[in-house]
Amino acid sequence: MSGQHAATVAPVPIAPAARPPVIEMTGITKTYGSGEATVHALSGVELTIERGDYVAIMGASGSGKSTLMNIIGCLDVASSGRYLLDGIDVRRLAERQLSLIRNRKIGFVFQSFNLIPRTTALLNVELPMAYAGVAAHERRERAEEALERVGLADRVHHQPSELSGGQQQRVALARAIVTRPVLLLADEPTGALDSRSSAEVLALFDELAAGGRTVVMITHEDEVAQHAKRILRFSDGHIVADDRQVPVGAPPPRWRTGAPA
Amino acid sequence: MNLREMTRFAWRGVTANKTRSALTTLGILIGVAAVIVLVAVGTGSSKAVQDQISSLGSNTLTVSATSTGGGGFGPGGGGPGGSQPTSQNATSTRAPALTMSDARAIAESDDAPHVLGVAPVVSASSVSATYNGAEHSVGTFTGTTPAYLLIDNTSVTDGRSFTDGEYEGHARVALLGTSVAEDLVGSDPADLVGKQVSFNGVAFTVLGILEEKGSQGPNDSDDRVIAPATAVQDTLAGYGDLSSISVKATSAAGVDRATAEVEAILDSRHHVTSDDRDYSVSSASSILEAATSSNQTFTVLLGAVAAISLLVGGIGVMNIMLVTVTERTREIGIRKAIGASRADIVGQFLAEAVLLSLIGAVAGVVAGLVGSRFTIIGIHPVVAPYSVFLAFGVAIAIGLFFGLYPANRAAALRPIEALRYE
Repeated sequence: MSGQHAATVAPVPIAPAARPPVIEMTGITKTYGSGEATVHALSGVELTIERGDYVAIMGASGSGKSTLMNIIGCLDVASSGRYLLDGIDVRRLAERQLSLIRNRKIGFVFQSFNLIPRTTALLNVELPMAYAGVAAHERRERAEEALERVGLADRVHHQPSELSGGQQQRVALARAIVTRPVLLLADEPTGALDSRSSAEVLALFDELAAGGRTVVMITHEDEVAQHAKRILRFSDGHIVADDRQVPVGAPPPRWRTGAPA
Repeated sequence: MNLREMTRFAWRGVTANKTRSALTTLGILIGVAAVIVLVAVGTGSSKAVQDQISSLGSNTLTVSATSTGGGGFGPGGGGPGGSQPTSQNATSTRAPALTMSDARAIAESDDAPHVLGVAPVVSASSVSATYNGAEHSVGTFTGTTPAYLLIDNTSVTDGRSFTDGEYEGHARVALLGTSVAEDLVGSDPADLVGKQVSFNGVAFTVLGILEEKGSQGPNDSDDRVIAPATAVQDTLAGYGDLSSISVKATSAAGVDRATAEVEAILDSRHHVTSDDRDYSVSSASSILEAATSSNQTFTVLLGAVAAISLLVGGIGVMNIMLVTVTERTREIGIRKAIGASRADIVGQFLAEAVLLSLIGAVAGVVAGLVGSRFTIIGIHPVVAPYSVFLAFGVAIAIGLFFGLYPANRAAALRPIEALRYE
């Protein structure tokens, strides 16, 4: 079920206790600048996210949630502390290995979709597999499958400029799950969408979480956070509240109550 | 990521902005084409000069007067007025450098067994030929003896040459090159045989038309008139120095010995030694050597100018790649976020730069080969194969070199900053 031996196409089963948590953070800090100008973006974050959990991280802008997201996504490195992603200590990894980790372990969904322009939906979804060295025909099959899963089977040859915001975000979601990552990391995935598209995209997240995929979603909207099994509130660089709505093994609370996927 | 993948990304990058890519490619195209065409022009002019010189015949020697040494003057004179005592004074105080009797001495000497023939050459400058109202400015007007035609490997196609009797008799007769004749009467030069043509107002009877030599390079070898030296001195040139003396050696192998014999005769007549000679003897091969080396310099200079334009094209590639990297910062961030390594990014942008220069190089080779088919300032360019490979190779190397910096800059971008870039 990890990216390295991803042979199964079936939904990821609920993790047995023997597998390490997807995220295990102890004493994570991040500071910018030095001397009197030092900014503590994160001050000692303790966070464990189990396999199959669906976590919403909430907080006002400037609370440090974006910094946390960058560190979780291995786009940035913590100043101190320990961060195990799927049991791997990423602080010790070189840049080359970090790019491998991003490729194999994490699927990103951004607020602004971040699709490659002038490139078809299919090729956008194929891209992470191109960097992973997957053979061309397998790549095509898996990309088509992922696009079908997000309901865009009829839009594979469209370029981002020919797709609506909701459709673009669904392409981005297909690109994020096509490598079967251990962690789906979303940064305000509905921030740039109208309410109908938001509902569609959130239904897809629910669907994936119900299938056992681990999802971490950054948001500042309560309505969006209510879809998660667990809600973390962030303020001044550390977690101030941790509400579990449903157990890790249970389906997400809003599953099948939103718009159909 | 494999090479095909990289090329595909690069191709998409190049075609994303077609006008810009076309203009960048044009820079390389012009550079490559310039190298090929200019080196071809250099090689072509070199070949033209070689052909011209070898058409003189490999066993022909030319004795010409030089201004160095001789007479009662120290080399260079002295003081600011040093430039004053030149030819006017020199001719009045000492014998002309080359005279008719010099030529006769070589011809009649028993000490010159390797000399086959000798002909004095008197040149008249700015001669204008008129016939029935048609006028032509003669390129070369040569006064000489009948032996000259043998030495110059020239035959008369229509009419006949002049005889020794006509030479001795100062007969005003002339042989015309085809260019001169055609300019005066049009397409059929043979019509002129037996007619009177006036040169600077002096009437000469046309005896014959000279065989066509063709033009080599910018010089037209058929724009000439040959007449008896005696008559030319009487009318057009005056009784001063000879321009040169043409000597034919018995064989190509005898050229060096013939040179030594001619030098021995003239040294004793002019009372000079090899250190202060007032004349020089040159053979076709020695002229060829000098011409070849000056032509090589010419070719290298042309090539260098072209190479600079290729370099400028390379800077154009770098410039556009830097713009591309800045424009696509966000895309680079996305690619890095989803797992592209440094090497993947370097590869993609390097491939794009090389692709630009490759397209330019291919088009430049085609343009260069096509351009070399035209005659340029009277020179038929001769494409040197090395210049094609060199230009092509250098263009690719330039793409690599100038692509490296932008590609590395792209790869060094940090994903979070690149993603935030608008």
